[in-house]
Amino acid sequence: MARLVGGRVLWSLPLLLALSALTFVLAWLTPGDAARTILGTNTDPVAYAEVRARLGLDRPLVEQYWHWLTGVVRGDLGGSVFTGEPVSAIVGDRLPVTLSLLGLSALVIAAVGTGIGLVGALRGGLAGRLLDGVAVVGMSVPAPWLGLVLIVVFAVDLALFPVTGYVAFADAPADWALSLVLPVVCLSVGGIAVVAKQVRGALADVLGRGYIRALRANGMPTRSVVFRHATRNAALPVVNVFGVVLIGLLGGSIVVEQLFALPGLGQLTVTATAQHDLPVLEGVVLCFTILVVVVNLVTDVISGKLTPRAVTP
Amino acid sequence: MSAGSAVTGVGSTGRAGGGVVRAVARRPLGVVCVAWLGLLVLACLLAGWLGSSPQEQDLEAVYSGPSAAHWLGTDQLGRDLLSRVLHGGRVSLLVVGVALAVHVVLGVVLGLVAGYRRGLVDRIVSRLADLLLSAPAVVILLVVLAVFPHNEAAAMTTLGVLSSAGLARVVRASAIRVREEPYVAAATVAGLGTVRILVRHVLPAVAGPVISLVSLVAGSALLVEASLGFLGLGTQPPEPSWGGLIADASQAIYRQPWMLVPTGGVVAVTAVACALLGDVVRDATDDRATGEPLSWRRMRTRVVARESREPAALCLLSVRDLTVRLADGTPVVDGVDFDVAAGQALGLVGESGCGKTMAVSGVLRLLPPGATVDAATITFDGRETLGLTEREMVGVRGRGIGYIGQDPVASLDPLFTVGDQLVEAVRHHTGATRRQARAKALELLAAVRLPDPAAVAARYPHELSGGMAQRVSIARALAGEPRLLIADEPTTALDVTVQAEILDLLRDLRSRTGMALVLVTHDWGVVADTCDTAVVMYAGQVVENTGVAEVFAAPRHPYTEALLAANPAAAEPGSRLPVLPGAVPAPGHWPTGCRFALRCPHVTTECVAAPIQSTSDTAGAVSRCLHPRAGART
Amino acid sequence: MNLLEIAGLGVRYRDHQALTGVSLAVPPNTTVGLVGESGSGKTTLGRAVLGLVPVAEGVIRLAGRDITHLRGRARRGLSGQVQVVFQNPYLSFNPSRTIGQAVAEPLTLAGLRPAQLRGRVDAMLDRVGLDRSAADRYPSRFSGGQLQRIAIARALMPGPRLLICDEAVSALDLSVQAHVLNLLADLQAEQGLSYLFITHDLAVVRHIADRVVVLRRGEVVEAGPVEQVCSTDPDVPRHPYTRALLAAAPVPDPAEQARRRALRAAPAQEGPVPCES
Repeated sequence: MARLVGGRVLWSLPLLLALSALTFVLAWLTPGDAARTILGTNTDPVAYAEVRARLGLDRPLVEQYWHWLTGVVRGDLGGSVFTGEPVSAIVGDRLPVTLSLLGLSALVIAAVGTGIGLVGALRGGLAGRLLDGVAVVGMSVPAPWLGLVLIVVFAVDLALFPVTGYVAFADAPADWALSLVLPVVCLSVGGIAVVAKQVRGALADVLGRGYIRALRANGMPTRSVVFRHATRNAALPVVNVFGVVLIGLLGGSIVVEQLFALPGLGQLTVTATAQHDLPVLEGVVLCFTILVVVVNLVTDVISGKLTPRAVTP
Repeated sequence: MSAGSAVTGVGSTGRAGGGVVRAVARRPLGVVCVAWLGLLVLACLLAGWLGSSPQEQDLEAVYSGPSAAHWLGTDQLGRDLLSRVLHGGRVSLLVVGVALAVHVVLGVVLGLVAGYRRGLVDRIVSRLADLLLSAPAVVILLVVLAVFPHNEAAAMTTLGVLSSAGLARVVRASAIRVREEPYVAAATVAGLGTVRILVRHVLPAVAGPVISLVSLVAGSALLVEASLGFLGLGTQPPEPSWGGLIADASQAIYRQPWMLVPTGGVVAVTAVACALLGDVVRDATDDRATGEPLSWRRMRTRVVARESREPAALCLLSVRDLTVRLADGTPVVDGVDFDVAAGQALGLVGESGCGKTMAVSGVLRLLPPGATVDAATITFDGRETLGLTEREMVGVRGRGIGYIGQDPVASLDPLFTVGDQLVEAVRHHTGATRRQARAKALELLAAVRLPDPAAVAARYPHELSGGMAQRVSIARALAGEPRLLIADEPTTALDVTVQAEILDLLRDLRSRTGMALVLVTHDWGVVADTCDTAVVMYAGQVVENTGVAEVFAAPRHPYTEALLAANPAAAEPGSRLPVLPGAVPAPGHWPTGCRFALRCPHVTTECVAAPIQSTSDTAGAVSRCLHPRAGART
Repeated sequence: MNLLEIAGLGVRYRDHQALTGVSLAVPPNTTVGLVGESGSGKTTLGRAVLGLVPVAEGVIRLAGRDITHLRGRARRGLSGQVQVVFQNPYLSFNPSRTIGQAVAEPLTLAGLRPAQLRGRVDAMLDRVGLDRSAADRYPSRFSGGQLQRIAIARALMPGPRLLICDEAVSALDLSVQAHVLNLLADLQAEQGLSYLFITHDLAVVRHIADRVVVLRRGEVVEAGPVEQVCSTDPDVPRHPYTRALLAAAPVPDPAEQARRRALRAAPAQEGPVPCES
């Protein structure tokens, strides 16, 4: 197990490097740069050169990247070109918001998606087809649109939840929960559909296997055949898909945070992108990539636990 | 198609693609999806000629709902929404098309090369795919859009590259599977080069999975495009795009919520069409998919109700007039009778498709989904099982009737050790404690003559050879101490030496426990070795039921006689084997009269006139023939 | 001269030696039965001759020519001399190509005009006893026995001298198997073919083969004329393994099986069952 984790962490280093380098190169290619954005209407070339020098933008790209990279190793992500605030502080402020959103959504997706998929695989027939239909629609609804509909219905018309905004858990746990209900629903629907479909498909596949027939033929009850053997065997593909769904949530969180005005990493990404705030963008990309690496790692460890072939020599 | 081109192989991939198209066209849902996508693309292409310009403002009618002038209403500047949706579709669909083109080309080429060539290329491609799949796609898209502001083509090309990893994986897996197919080996031996084999044999086989995945990706690409447009990172206003329209609608959720309907609706319906199309293609091209996915409830075998059953017989198992129908109503077993006395070994013999496996599955109520069982009686141990509920039937299986199947390794759960599976069975059947069950499990493993039971108990099924796995299966079947064991082709997948050991084991277990045996087999040698009586099946019926010594010495039914004669073991080496004309009639195509009449050398007009009844002679041997062979001799 | 000659053949897969020092010869117009249990390497040997697995050591000669390591165009050129029929008839055909296309496949590179090709296909389908209309239909429309005859037709199209039958009748029912065995015998008589007949079924080998080679764990245990190797006479000297194989294969005769059981039971008392893993 330790070897698996170690290997995975090692294997994720190239991903971190590649993504941060890519961000650097792409940002460097960008027509505008941060200096222009800061100066705004001021087109004085002297002032421009001065700002560029202050930001280190006049140095060669490789040097800039090396500077950033050595900083990262020391735990220094640099500062925002606008506010001068350390990137680690900015990201640190926003991380809890995004983690709340992602964590709750992951829980909801796992519970509801698995539940719906199980019901479909057990009951089949009309219930199964109905769930299939709901799943297809759930997968196909554009997240921003779904969010708007939720706002119109539940926040504006019924006034059950706040329209937008975020309350920190430490300030008021109840308001924290309320402020996250609609965003979590909006972010979860697609994932629930994908996971439900996968659970149902995987179980249908497993139920057709020879060992299920053999277990039934030797008098094992539903409790054992379905809830011990079939679910264990169906879990492997589901866990892998769940990992992919979680990574997809990172993208979705950007839209949802923008829509519900949640001050998280997603919103920060959009602002940094629009403002060419390279250090902040790098910090966000780094943060997202680490999240991805963690998700992949957990997925791999669980898959390993589920496969005896992977752990027995 | 002309006779000539049918054999030249011209347009072979076109044919495979045509197969997918034909299969989709046969399903109404597929037709609806294709129609929606086709009409949408057409309408978007013709948007310039249809109705008003997307930029034409009508400030008199700002935020109007649907009206005769504006079918889908207007936006904040009074622009016609229908026109904006169609023009927006040109942008949105085009960039989605770009993403798909990149996705398909990269994914298919990389997947084919990796899967067919294997080796180093495969390892590199697989690693690359891992890397791309674990990258946060939307974050990368944002970085790209930071560099190329509002350049959706660049963003969607990136999306195509990122998502191609998933397709490459699917194509690679299919290519590896196809590569091992004998028909590809035959093509290699036939002298075809790699490119020809890829185009002729591998591409058609991956077409189904590719199309099905690509439709799903198309749906999600559409959603990503809409999200980017909504975030204001996509095509710049006033040029319409679907995501931009949703952003416009978001500004008006208080004044005119209606705007949400056409803008989000077109994206959602199109994405739904893509997703459904993907499912339809998957179902149409995957021969394992049988319409409805399997569900636990559908696996329960339904018993056809009858007003009265036959009184229970004295035998351990007594089956009368057993009929099994598949989900589509086709009969596969038709009026089968047989009895098994306590301790007796009965061989159910016949060629493939004659219904022998279906007959025993009917007795156990373990038929394929949707199939039904019907009989005058299935009495086991003095109890009519047809009246039992599924829950009661679960109690009969295992404790009354044990079962072992043809593929011993596949009949063990790959995720549990042999010991776990046996302990579970023992505890369920006997209610023993974990410690007792563990001891009993080791006892069972020793009883099936596995050396070192403790070591075997610690193994997983894939660590067992076929013979060992079959012994473990037998041990599990014995856990409930059944009075009858049904063994369905238990040695067909095994080597002859292992087969002999398993048959000896079954014989030994019977003599020790007094357990009866129903052995389903196509091998006359196995019948001769193990069974006391032989029940010969043909086309869903029992054609002969007699003692084993007699069936070999003096077969009554002409089919039994012909089948024994066709066995090379009984023939003079090098001689021509006597053969039967024609083939076994398939279920659903059984003749009214004698089902063997068409192939029988002794057929008379009365044979084909009406169904033939079974008759039994003085010695109790049953045959379903008007002119029994041995009967004629005696 | 022998049509096929194999000397000292060794094949290694990644983790084990599949064949070691195997030598055998197939004379013209002869059937050589290659018998063994699973894992004996019998299928690997067929695949080595066909160039489907790389050979580690030894020589394979076809009509005197060394073909051991032929690759690419040269290997493809052999398609006119060696062909193959596989075990599973249902997997031997691409489901998306017609029978006509499949049967014509070995002549892809022959440069024939479509009409000529169609004529050859029709003639060959006639020969194996199938209707000509079969050419326009897809494999899913045929039974296993019919498909196996079509597989033989496909193999015979380029006029090979050696046909490798890899468990070619093992998946077939008795009555269908008899048809195919008869067809193979007839074709041999007509065209002077040689068969390398790979199977686990001793009854079939005894029926069809002239010579028999017994493989065990990648090595030749015994080789010789069929009447000697597969003799039922207990006095003919044989390798113990061959004797065990013959004794284990059940025959359709209850009295004989009872006798063999008694023989099997005797040595079984001496020790535990060997653990096969």
